[in-house]
Amino acid sequence: MKALRKFLDKQKPHFQPGGKFEKLESSFEAFETFLYVPDKVTQSGAHIRDAVDMKRTMSFVIIGVIPTLLFGMWNVGYQHFLSFGQHPDILTNFLYGLGKVLPIIIVSYGVGLGIEFLFAQIRHHEVNEGYLVTGILIPLIVPPDIPLWELAVAVAFAVIFGKEVFGGTGMNVFNPALTARAFLFFAYPGNMSGEKVWIADKLDSFSGATPLGQALVGNFHNFPSPHDMFFGFIPGSVGETSTFLILIGGLFLLITGVASWRIMLSVFAGGLAMGWIFNLVGANQYMQLPAWEHMIMGGFAFGAVFMATDPVTSAQTTKGKYYYGFLIGMLAILIRVFNPAYPEGMMLAILLMNVFAPLIDHIIVKSNIKKRLKRAKMMLAE
Amino acid sequence: MQTEKTEREALFSPKNIKLLTGPLNMNNPITVQVLGICSALAVTAKLKPAIVMSLAVMVVTGFSNLVVSFLRNGIPPRIRIIVQLVVVATLVILVDQLLKAFVFDVSKQLSVFVGLIITNCIIMGRLEAFAMANKPWPAFLDGIGNGLGYGLILITVAFFRELFGSGTLFNYQVIPQSLYNAGYVNNGMMILPPMALITVGVIIWVQRYYNRSLIEK
Repeated sequence: MKALRKFLDKQKPHFQPGGKFEKLESSFEAFETFLYVPDKVTQSGAHIRDAVDMKRTMSFVIIGVIPTLLFGMWNVGYQHFLSFGQHPDILTNFLYGLGKVLPIIIVSYGVGLGIEFLFAQIRHHEVNEGYLVTGILIPLIVPPDIPLWELAVAVAFAVIFGKEVFGGTGMNVFNPALTARAFLFFAYPGNMSGEKVWIADKLDSFSGATPLGQALVGNFHNFPSPHDMFFGFIPGSVGETSTFLILIGGLFLLITGVASWRIMLSVFAGGLAMGWIFNLVGANQYMQLPAWEHMIMGGFAFGAVFMATDPVTSAQTTKGKYYYGFLIGMLAILIRVFNPAYPEGMMLAILLMNVFAPLIDHIIVKSNIKKRLKRAKMMLAE
Repeated sequence: MQTEKTEREALFSPKNIKLLTGPLNMNNPITVQVLGICSALAVTAKLKPAIVMSLAVMVVTGFSNLVVSFLRNGIPPRIRIIVQLVVVATLVILVDQLLKAFVFDVSKQLSVFVGLIITNCIIMGRLEAFAMANKPWPAFLDGIGNGLGYGLILITVAFFRELFGSGTLFNYQVIPQSLYNAGYVNNGMMILPPMALITVGVIIWVQRYYNRSLIEK
């Protein structure tokens, strides 16, 4: 490790202003801080620099998704061999899934970070860490058989139009990972949605539709059991199937204080509320589906834990977080049940509420000002 | 008011040429003034309708500018918008009938958007800002210039949308079949209106990258 530090120190002058590679300063800086805790200290004012800087925060999220990622890899293999009626051991399943998912992760990071570095050089700012998380979230929310070039286009679109045009990490309106998925969804619908999305190796004899795809066409009789859906032995996007492991990851995020429990809780509350309303109406079979079953289907839990809680695109005010989360939950179920074109409502619900998050904050802040003004006036009157 | 000139100005004097070329770049109606966006989104999924639409708008801007400029001293200021609209509407109906007569299929595709040229902000903007205060010939050039600027953006957007959205140009397949066999798929989002907006955004981005003076502070 010392040798690495020495090597970096030796190279550093080349990247400083006036050095040989002056233009690549931010790339160097990014690598250095990736490997070592930066030695920068605040020069003036009463700022407290937390030991947990943005890179460490991001690392916590990555640790949080690792269980579902590993399980997702296994599940890809499991579903694949299941379609042939085979049941090989855990390792075979896992290795097959690894072979499918690893290229997706490499493409996601390669393209995304490439663009981030490029923009950092052109705009002369530091390379931001945001993409470290986005890059791992994208492979988790796409189907495992997604063509890699489509993924590359979607990642490029998400990073450029979802993030860089707004000014980079921390300035984006939309969650970049979901922007990538939305792009895939609208640009290449054949590979992304519908009942045929998850056909293992295009075997005609096996229609491996996701539970959502089946629910959409009213096919409820060979629906997977709640147990399978909760633990994730179902076809679906890589990281979304196992609600159990997602919740464990979520718990980790809550303990480390990275994600907001208010948002998580209210997303589930909103989803349940909408589900119950539909149960009361009960006009068709989809509406009669128990509300709690919605929580373990599709990407609901994944969205609630890892997507809705994104600190940049969610509501910032304490009260606003409740409204924001609750509306996401409600809209997700509403879109699922009512709109046949969109089997999964979670993505669209979160993106829509991303747009409204600043408005919610604005209303909360304004109403607070009004309330306090009223109180001040009353005190004056007395 | 125009200052009286002792000698006649040449038809294509530098000033008049500028009226024609200005809207192509530095004063583009779509990317700089941000007018006429709605139709730019609606008709640019394919090149052919975009070109026909551009021609239609160019004819209407050019001739409505010309006619209104002739009438400019006779129009009572209070009802000027009504008079302008009558002129524009007449021209639009003429254009619409011509399209129906000669390019019926494209006219069908453009459907309501030909009629909606009447409400195109570029036309009213040019009438109010230019034709009401200038002589017929410069006004005509200004109208044609703005039509060209509008068309330039429309055709650029349509080019990219048709190429990536349908894999064709003028309905001829340009992306080779071998690429499709290798797994290439047309980008369905390019056909949807949001992508037109994003494409226009990219054009604005590129334009401002080269013309820094256009960047708003």
